[in-house]
Amino acid sequence: ALSTQAVHRANISCTMIPGDGIGPEISAAVKRMFAAAETPIDWEDVDVMPTFVNGVSTIPAPARESILKNGVALKGPLGTPIGKGHPSLNLLLRKEFGLAANLRPCRSVQGFKTPYDDVDTVIIRENTEGEYCGVEHEVVPGVVQSIKLITRDASLRVANFAFEYARTQGRKRVTAVHKANIMKKTDGLFLNCAREVAERYPDIKFDEVLLDKACLLMTMDPHNFDVLVMPNLYGDILSDLSAGLIGGLGLTPSGNIGTGGVAIFEAVHGTAPDIAGQDKANPTALALSGVMMLRHMGMQDKALRIETALLETIKDGKFRTGDLGGTASCSSFTDAVCKHIESH
Amino acid sequence: LHTAMTEYGGRRVATLIPGDGIGPELAASVQSVFKAMEAPVDFEFIDLKTNDEGSFKAASESLRRNGVGLKSVLVTPQNSGSALSVNLRLRKELGLFASGVVCKSSAGITARHDNVDLVVIRQNTEGEYSGLEHEISPGVVESLKVISRAESTRIAKFAFDYAVTHGRKKVTAVHKANIMKLGDGLFLQCCREVAESYPNVAFEALIVDNTAMQMVARPQQFDILVTPNLYGNIVGNIGAGLIGGAGLAPGFNMGNKIALFEPGARHSGIDIAGRHEANPVTMLLSAGMMLHHMGFSKHASHLENAVSNVVAEGKVRTRDIGGTNTTEEVTDAIIAEATRLAAQ
Ligand SMILES: Nc1ncnc2c1ncn2[C@@H]1O[C@H](COP(=O)(O)OP(=O)(O)OP(=O)(O)O)[C@@H](O)[C@H]1O
Ligand SMILES: Nc1ncnc2c1ncn2[C@@H]1O[C@H](COP(=O)(O)OP(=O)(O)OP(=O)(O)O)[C@@H](O)[C@H]1O
Ligand SMILES: [Mg+2]
Ligand SMILES: [Mg+2]
Repeated sequence: ALSTQAVHRANISCTMIPGDGIGPEISAAVKRMFAAAETPIDWEDVDVMPTFVNGVSTIPAPARESILKNGVALKGPLGTPIGKGHPSLNLLLRKEFGLAANLRPCRSVQGFKTPYDDVDTVIIRENTEGEYCGVEHEVVPGVVQSIKLITRDASLRVANFAFEYARTQGRKRVTAVHKANIMKKTDGLFLNCAREVAERYPDIKFDEVLLDKACLLMTMDPHNFDVLVMPNLYGDILSDLSAGLIGGLGLTPSGNIGTGGVAIFEAVHGTAPDIAGQDKANPTALALSGVMMLRHMGMQDKALRIETALLETIKDGKFRTGDLGGTASCSSFTDAVCKHIESH
Repeated sequence: LHTAMTEYGGRRVATLIPGDGIGPELAASVQSVFKAMEAPVDFEFIDLKTNDEGSFKAASESLRRNGVGLKSVLVTPQNSGSALSVNLRLRKELGLFASGVVCKSSAGITARHDNVDLVVIRQNTEGEYSGLEHEISPGVVESLKVISRAESTRIAKFAFDYAVTHGRKKVTAVHKANIMKLGDGLFLQCCREVAESYPNVAFEALIVDNTAMQMVARPQQFDILVTPNLYGNIVGNIGAGLIGGAGLAPGFNMGNKIALFEPGARHSGIDIAGRHEANPVTMLLSAGMMLHHMGFSKHASHLENAVSNVVAEGKVRTRDIGGTNTTEEVTDAIIAEATRLAAQ
């Protein structure tokens, strides 16, 4: 006889790095939201605390294998172990999985008032080199050199990503942010790569702006920008600035997209040691990172459902966490989000 | 040996460098206001141009002789022949190690934030602006950021002294020492050391991305910010953006013997050059600081009060701050107000 049983669709497995500080609280919250939306995901929790292997900081094998197998991971903030000689863990992950581009969308949350209600920018940050290459030395006592490294490969890669992103997301314009009048060779190379890639995307408007002018214009009127692409440090700074425009780090998600098929999604914020373990953190940034991850995996309807619940709950105003001027705890905000998901 | 300033008959000579873009229009505004106010300053006019060694020599000699000057900004083309920009060369050769941007909300200006009152003090000669760059192999370039104990200590002292003489309460050191552990680490350490000698001025350290975020979210928390070179460019422009734009924030460059005043956000305004649209306020307030520095406090106060009264009244304004008037009309209104104040 023919089976009448519905085919049981296997869940997709996905790596979860709960992280340090507020990481465990907010990742637990996100798991609850995903469960409420019946998202077909099995989480594989892994620990990425590096160990030294032959004197080199290395991500533990189980974590690496899980991420490589699943291709996607959601990651809480990681504290860099101080004084043990490890480089930044975030950096280690980006290098390990070739996460070339860091995607940081920033959109005003309707109903949450800030002096800026018109933000809708996407910052695409080169993620692997630049000022973060970690090469520094003391030349003579009291004089230190830090090297900023820019390569044609990485610059082309991130520029390609930016234009491809703009095209697939229906964005109209890509702006390269640089300081090539001062750093003629390094930023000059970055800029030339962006120009080169721009030629292949005649449907996307391309322009260039100096870092200082970008800061000025972003602060005055964020409307000035659409998609922005830039070297590592500038991206770090401008994306935090954008987060500030819409109400802070509790709200801004990001994705680290690799060329080798791996993508790791994470909040822009850090471990927030000042509020860790107190059930005070806003899980929205990590949850919206999870929403980005769902879209990346093609689960558009689940993504929309969770996103809508998050934004509506914030807009409604009854359950806002402290960073948004409210008194809700991480768990009571999460309860409200889950309730919204379940009832819609 | 030269004396700090050239003086005769109670009058003093100052160098005036109009620069590019809107510079000549701004310089003309200052000249007519000084003339109408009978300010005891005679300008030595130097037409400094990029790629013109003769004019560079004239400018630096004039500034060494006079000890004080006012300039607007020179455009730094990306493809200019020399490694260093003219602005930077001047700062380096004259030992103008400190730069400042004064960002104070003006009555009558509707900006994104109110009650901003902060000063960005920036190391002006080293850091990312070292001009040391090279191609290691095709497609791989590096630039060197240089941080020295001597310069970091000097700028920290300058910031704290500035705080003391201007009745300021707090100095915030802006850094990225979690990534650039040696370079920014040294800068931060020097600031900490200097802070110990100023028990009456509060001190805090803030990572540059967090600073950018805090500035657009809650700028009122800042008083004096002290930064390495590039971060100053960033933070200074955010500051200018907060108060309503580049047209409103004055600035200075200081060394041990020479003081050179210039618009704080350091834009040449090529896009509006020659259109009689430039806001003369930034340059006039820079000139006001120059008058204070030269000891002409009465003229300085008249000028500053005239500017703020005209801005506050709001009848005569340039386009950048929502008006329709020309640079010359604003200048005339300020002259009328300054004359009225002087007659009181
Ligand atoms: N999800 C969040 N909810 C509420 N507040 C947050 C959140 N994330 C960050 N913050 C607040 O923003 C500020 C900066 O936090 P963040 O962790 O990014 O900084 P950090 O000290 O640089 O941490 P790390 O060293 O791990 O990067 C802190 O005051 C923190 O409490
Ligand atoms: N005194 C001023 N009055 C009015 N607007 C100003 C003034 N100074 C600068 N601006 C504006 O600030 C912005 C930044 O100036 P900036 O000189 O950087 O831009 P630009 O002329 O487009 O040149 P570039 O892009 O090469 O820097 C411009 O839109 C300029 O018009
Ligand atoms: Mg950051
Ligand atoms: Mg952080």
